[in-house]
Amino acid sequence: MAYSNKVIDHYENPRNVGSLPKDDPNVGTGLVGAPECGDVMKLQVKVNPQTGVIDDAKFKTFGCGSAIASSSLATEWLKGKTVDEALAIKNTEIVAELSLPPVKIHCSVLAEDAIKAAISDYKKKQVNETAQPAAQPTV
Amino acid sequence: MAIKLPIYMDYHATTPVDPRVVEAMLPYFTKQFGNAASRNHPFGWEAEEAVDLARKQVAELIGAGAKEMVFTSGATESNNLAIKGVAEMYREKGNHIITAVTEHKAVIDTCKRLEKEGYRVTYLPVQKDGLISLDDLRSAIGDKTILISIMTANNEIGVIQPIAEIGAIAKEKGILFHTDAVQAAGKIPFNVNEMKVDLVSVSAHKMYGPKGVGALYVRRRNPRVLLAPQIDGGGHERGMRSGTLNVPGIVGMGKAAELCKQEMASDTARLGALRDRLNERLHKSLDEIYINGSIEHRLPHSLNISFAYVEGESLLMGINDVAVSSGSACTSASLEPSYVLKALGAGDDLAHSSIRFGLGRWTTQEEVDYVADKLITVVTRLREMSPLYELAKEGVDLSTMQWEVH
Repeated sequence: MAYSNKVIDHYENPRNVGSLPKDDPNVGTGLVGAPECGDVMKLQVKVNPQTGVIDDAKFKTFGCGSAIASSSLATEWLKGKTVDEALAIKNTEIVAELSLPPVKIHCSVLAEDAIKAAISDYKKKQVNETAQPAAQPTV
Repeated sequence: MAIKLPIYMDYHATTPVDPRVVEAMLPYFTKQFGNAASRNHPFGWEAEEAVDLARKQVAELIGAGAKEMVFTSGATESNNLAIKGVAEMYREKGNHIITAVTEHKAVIDTCKRLEKEGYRVTYLPVQKDGLISLDDLRSAIGDKTILISIMTANNEIGVIQPIAEIGAIAKEKGILFHTDAVQAAGKIPFNVNEMKVDLVSVSAHKMYGPKGVGALYVRRRNPRVLLAPQIDGGGHERGMRSGTLNVPGIVGMGKAAELCKQEMASDTARLGALRDRLNERLHKSLDEIYINGSIEHRLPHSLNISFAYVEGESLLMGINDVAVSSGSACTSASLEPSYVLKALGAGDDLAHSSIRFGLGRWTTQEEVDYVADKLITVVTRLREMSPLYELAKEGVDLSTMQWEVH
């Protein structure tokens, strides 16, 4: 299968690989996919509590080149966006940017799911944080 | 010597034609172009003579008689002819066939078609090492069993089934025994009488011959095996396979078989050592890598390894100057991981992480070292970006986690 140059670039030079401290109340973590399906993405965002802007984003992905590229691109796009802007990212935009073939669309869907999961985790933490400041954040 | 890229390490898929084979074939395209069935002029006689020689060469590779070889278009046709031919011919005797879950699709799908026509098929499971259990085989045999079809060596994992033991059981029970020996023929010693096999499928392009030609061994005595032909026409190949013989292809297959027989001992020793070198290098530098299938009962040139926590297609992308195959779903059209690896019970995640290495006549030590070094680098890099590797290193048991299966 021929990959687009953008997929190859993200695969060879992935942006923002790594992990953020998952217990940090300002960090939201999304872990989506399943090993038996051949792809798992972990995507994390760190939100500035004052501005509501995503300061940092990191990912780790087990999956094909397109899955790696989709999550790498997602972290690039997330940085500097507000939480609400981040939630507006659509998988179709990832498909278009990376020129993913139909058989790889599920990779972009997974990346969108990962963004939503990370932000939902962050929001949950914020609620817990306000309600019971001493509570352990859940991951 | 500088390495020429890309490196071919997918000899299970196909092999290049040996230049000596090409040379043997060439005259039969132009000067000696006759139809082997033309009985009344020298063009036909020459072609027939060439086919007779090839028949003898292929037969000798598997310890058979020349008259027991039927030339076909390849092993898929040979498998179809063997299984459908026996099923149809022995329908009155019974309707039960035994095969295994790890067989090639040319066997599995042939059996599935027969099931639709009222035959009953038992697909034997395999053990963790990829081998069938002889006890399972014995207990699957019934009054209506007419055929056992078990491959000699598996195309994905290279595991060699206990063919002689299966042959003995089949003989004792009076059941015909077919084996798809495509991956084994020319690579390891094979003898139809020692192994008590009645039907054997072989292919030229897996043993340095041309594509589009194969053969089926059909036993002529003890017992004499009868087949219902699946292609009707001029009654070639003793009526079992009509169609003008592919003379250049058959000549090539004969020469390829002869060379394999001559060079088997040296090729086996050399490739076995290279395969072990590849395996040892990978094991020395990488943890959590697993060989799929038996190490002991394995083709000498074959290695199938799962690199845990790394997905196969992304691995192939990282070693894109090396031609190998993966059991990952992403590399297949079906999006399903390899059914052979799944049958070993290793778990789908390890099937997704597998790479098949097939070494061959032109594989060098430099190539093996290059592939090993490159894989070590890429696996290490991909594990650094693998959430599964991270979780495993944190001590999380991945099998107990709740995954959202999509």
